[in-house]
Amino acid sequence: MTKTRRNLILNCASLVVLFGILWLFQEYGTEYQIRILNNIAVFITLAVSYNLVNGICGQLHLGPNAFITIGAYTSALLTMSPTEKQMSFIIKPLIWPLSVIQVPFWVSLIMAGTVATVFAFFISFPVFRVRGDYLAIVTLGFGEVVRVLCNALQSVTNGPLGLKGLKPYTNLWWSWSIAIFTIIVIQRLINSSWGRAMKAIRENEIAAQAMGVDPFKHLMMAFLISAFFSGVAGGLLAHLITTISPTLFTFFLTFNLLIIIVVGGLGSTTGAVIGATLFAWGGEALRVVESPMDIGPIHIPGIPGMRMVLFSVILMVVIIFARRGITGRNEFSWDWLLGKLSFGSR
Amino acid sequence: MTTKIFLQQLSNGISLGSLYGLVAIGYTMVYGILRLINFAHGDLLMVAAYTAIYGITLFSLPWYVSFLLAIIITGIIGILLDKCAYKPLRDAPRISLLISAIGASFLLENLALVIIGGVPKAFPRPEVFAKVIEIGGIRIQMLTIYTPIITLILLFGLLYIVFHTKVGKAMRAASVDFETTRLMGIDLDRIIAFTFLLGSSLAAAGGVMWAMKYPQVNPFMGVIPGLKAFIAAVLGGIGNIVGAVLGGFLLGLGEILLVAFMPEMAQYRDAFAFAILILVLLFRPTGIMGEPLVDKT
Repeated sequence: MTKTRRNLILNCASLVVLFGILWLFQEYGTEYQIRILNNIAVFITLAVSYNLVNGICGQLHLGPNAFITIGAYTSALLTMSPTEKQMSFIIKPLIWPLSVIQVPFWVSLIMAGTVATVFAFFISFPVFRVRGDYLAIVTLGFGEVVRVLCNALQSVTNGPLGLKGLKPYTNLWWSWSIAIFTIIVIQRLINSSWGRAMKAIRENEIAAQAMGVDPFKHLMMAFLISAFFSGVAGGLLAHLITTISPTLFTFFLTFNLLIIIVVGGLGSTTGAVIGATLFAWGGEALRVVESPMDIGPIHIPGIPGMRMVLFSVILMVVIIFARRGITGRNEFSWDWLLGKLSFGSR
Repeated sequence: MTTKIFLQQLSNGISLGSLYGLVAIGYTMVYGILRLINFAHGDLLMVAAYTAIYGITLFSLPWYVSFLLAIIITGIIGILLDKCAYKPLRDAPRISLLISAIGASFLLENLALVIIGGVPKAFPRPEVFAKVIEIGGIRIQMLTIYTPIITLILLFGLLYIVFHTKVGKAMRAASVDFETTRLMGIDLDRIIAFTFLLGSSLAAAGGVMWAMKYPQVNPFMGVIPGLKAFIAAVLGGIGNIVGAVLGGFLLGLGEILLVAFMPEMAQYRDAFAFAILILVLLFRPTGIMGEPLVDKT
């Protein structure tokens, strides 16, 4: 049996196991557990696509929240029924074509990704004129601009009121299928000549240029693909929380994604997956520090906001003392796992 | 629009602009030396405002002592920030430094949130600043007059330090080349710490005046002024101290006049600053007064 064939079989087998576990949770799990599993999948999609620009291309992009917002609003506006929209838009009615359209969930997700990609296409021209800190602040600026627009363009987004009462279409099957699809697409991209060119740009842009790599073309490709999946994940998120408003998609969301990919290991898809899982799961587990506790006779009142302090400390400790994160730039592979289990020599 | 209202808005714009300028100096100095956007710089405004509040209300100090204390404490926190968050990463890739800066910013905000709470606190404005006077039919708060004056005094003091003292010479040297500066027998870490001290103290002065202008102090009050001040620094030409103040004035005036002439644009005010940033970076990345910075590796 060749290695490729063995890996294919193992991949398929692990997918079957994963979906088997998901099915078990779907049937017997509590609503809370299902919710966390959905969160994990959405964060995996977000982190893996965010890692493509930050980790693989090495450009500190701070505006994924812009694409998530656009995706969430696009998808939500497309799945709400015309009567719901009429009821929601109290202050200003929704503009014409959007007010009558209603499409199935999957179409709305594709549209969410597409609209986010189109937006990314237009902003990529100013964004990739600059590098380093400037790129960070310009992308952060676009994130803010999108938030301002969401508040201001009331005839499209319903302003600060947001959109309420979305149908909870997002279930385990949708979120995990999309997460796995994202991983496969982005992993294939990274292992293609495009991905190698992106890594070359990360290591040394001038040297990459000298080898005939066009930085703008490659960075834009990464940016657009990242935007597409962020948009789709935004759509998933909207139909998971069922209520969206501009306050949901602030820089805070970007900060969380940054923690995920830094802790997981910048530049590693495996790291992004591990980071997302830890974040979505550990984030819930850490709620302990915010709720009141009784240790024997001592009563400790809950400290709201303590989790964020911990997250910030974790981020700084990791970046200062363990810059490689959990996985470094390594990826998971069956060869590695089987080697560890000492079956690899067979 | 009458002349009166225009003048009123003009004075508002100048005072807002000088605050941006004051904060922008800190960004520009740190960027000049470390090539780092100190994301946590804006949060020092918040630290200074809270220190001043607690000085006045809790310890019932006179306002000038409390303001001075706020400036000193914020300066020290600025140095600590450098020591804890940036110094261990001097040789690290730039992206790590930037991530550390973002982490430090969130840490300061959320520590304040945990310790003090999210409820906005009112800033006890001293009578000297809160007094309203009337000049030719325009009602102006004394603060609006004092702010640009204080900014200019601080600016000239800073220019003296940077251009006429030994430590200033070392700072200018460090902004060109680290290695050569070290070879000249200059303790680089002390120079960087001194830069942080100066920048943070100026941010503290800005923060206290900001809190008097908008007397609602909360843990996140520094975020937007911080971002705007950074944009002002880029507009003026990053690395250039006079440019930072000039950029601050232009941005403050631009914002206020935009809202004054087109009130329906008020909700786009925050987007306006970023639009300016993008235009500057596209057409004149060195800003108004800046020279191209040497790329340090």
